[in-house]
Amino acid sequence: MSTAVNLLIFGLADGAILALAALGFVLIYKATAVINFAQGEFLLVGAYTFYTCFVIFQLPITVGILVGVVVAVLLGIVVERLILRPMIGQSHISIIMVTIGLSGLLNAIVQMFFGTGVRAQPAVLPSPPVSILGATIPGNRLLAILIAAIVLTVLTIFFQKSKHGIAMRSVADDEQAAMTVGISVRRVYAMSWALAAVSALIAGILLADITAVDLHIASFGLMVFPVVILGGLDSVPGTIIGGLTIGIVTQLVSGYLDPGLAEVIPYIILVLILLIRPYGIFGEKRIERV
Amino acid sequence: MSPQAAPAAEPASPAAGSPLLVLNNIEVIYDEVILVLRGLSLSVPEGKIVALLGSNGAGKSTTLKAVSGLLPSERGEISSGSVTFEGRDVTRMDAPDRVKNGMSLCMEGRHVFPHLTVADNLIAGAYTRRDKAEQIELVYEFFPKLADMRNRTAGYLSGGEQQMLAIGRALMAKPRLLMLDEPSLGLAPLLVTEIFGQIARLNAEIGLTVLVIEQNARRALEVAHHGYIMEQGRIVLEGSSTELQENPDVKEFYLGVGGEGGRKSYREVKHYKRRKRWL
Ligand SMILES: Nc1ncnc2c1ncn2[C@@H]1O[C@H](COP(=O)(O)OP(=O)(O)O)[C@@H](O)[C@H]1O
Ligand SMILES: [Mg+2]
Repeated sequence: MSTAVNLLIFGLADGAILALAALGFVLIYKATAVINFAQGEFLLVGAYTFYTCFVIFQLPITVGILVGVVVAVLLGIVVERLILRPMIGQSHISIIMVTIGLSGLLNAIVQMFFGTGVRAQPAVLPSPPVSILGATIPGNRLLAILIAAIVLTVLTIFFQKSKHGIAMRSVADDEQAAMTVGISVRRVYAMSWALAAVSALIAGILLADITAVDLHIASFGLMVFPVVILGGLDSVPGTIIGGLTIGIVTQLVSGYLDPGLAEVIPYIILVLILLIRPYGIFGEKRIERV
Repeated sequence: MSPQAAPAAEPASPAAGSPLLVLNNIEVIYDEVILVLRGLSLSVPEGKIVALLGSNGAGKSTTLKAVSGLLPSERGEISSGSVTFEGRDVTRMDAPDRVKNGMSLCMEGRHVFPHLTVADNLIAGAYTRRDKAEQIELVYEFFPKLADMRNRTAGYLSGGEQQMLAIGRALMAKPRLLMLDEPSLGLAPLLVTEIFGQIARLNAEIGLTVLVIEQNARRALEVAHHGYIMEQGRIVLEGSSTELQENPDVKEFYLGVGGEGGRKSYREVKHYKRRKRWL
């Protein structure tokens, strides 16, 4: 019983962070139809930017987060402006290749500055032991779940209700029609990339805090693919449920079956979903206009 | 070069209202080689409804895209001539700024945002404005059906409802000039009557200036004050609605008088004759 509760909470924490990372991916995909293979590296860059501020320069946590946000916004805008905008009109395959190249580049830059070893970083979230249903849970997992939930909620409300969120959804639906109401498609593109990088930053900082500051953050970020395939690529609630599902399943498999199997289980799910329901469990079937 | 087929007694320019929109001899090319508009001039007086008529492929939609700044998104450009709005040259202005300045286009084929609700479509329409409450009231007043359906997903509305939504969304930007590209396309006659009725009401009650494209010339000339007929990228005929409705060529080719059965082939046969006479 206590093992089960433990695994569930750990799974929820992983899952909430994954959902955050995946939401950024979905934002980019919905608004710009680009599949961003570098989303994992956005987490990596976020985590190391924070590490640089917090550990190397000994800055307060809040300053570290602020600098991280600025770097993330700039990263998003620069990538959109210099790499993807010139690619508009190119084939999907070329654009995917470019984002794969970008992921390699960002990974190499991080390795160049920080090497491949684990970096020691003092805990950011306090971690008092908390007992729930007979299990003792490290408090930082619970805080990570809470923070991820708050950020996901804020982003979802922004996307659903705010003027800019509605503009982003309009561009996702019909770019030319969006132009006729005065929406600047370029600005929406830049905003999607910037928001994706910021949500990756928060996911990266949380993940680094509950695990470690090293390159595994990027491979954790790769799990956004099973998440978004499960969630249907373009559905925000689907992404959140997909993230939590993958997080929990991975922890349960790791605890009850085999940690090695846990590494691959998300990708087994990915293949199964693609075989059974290619538009995901929660994906909207696109409404065709006549 | 100006083939005025209107009765000579009437002056060429429309009577009341100073021109809100003027296209001066514009040429439009797509992909740097395809010349679609070949020196087109027209003007839309403030407070009037102007119809731009012509058969498929004449360049009507291209004309509205040139006015609303959409050409760059289709690899097209205005290669010569100018577009002025309220006396200001807007030829090179980008699309969002034109909307901000009061020019709204309701595209051919409706183009609502299918996954957004009716209300969110309208909110998106007010993107360039701070206040939207007042405009939403106006839209719901003119199209009460939209108010009842505000929480419905736009993609699932019927064609007529989508057309009303598309017009309503364009109105949200509080335009001075509303451009409509074939609003009657694919709609049942009763709905066409309703939509043209609301267009006339918008013009009469809030003084909205309208430039409307139609293939359904009869319906368009019923509400318009003035009309232009274009062919192959040029204006070939212009006049007040009454003049155009009386004009024998227009009657024959666009109002289908006397050629009701098998009109399509009839048109094709006469195509050569018509061009010869006007060009
Ligand atoms: N994006 C485009 N690229 C190339 N040619 C185009 C494009 N859009 C329209 N055309 C061509 O321009 C001509 C006029 O089209 P259009 O303005 O849509 O006519 P209409 O609205 O009067 O039917 C047609 O021959 C069409 O093939
Ligand atoms: Mg057309």
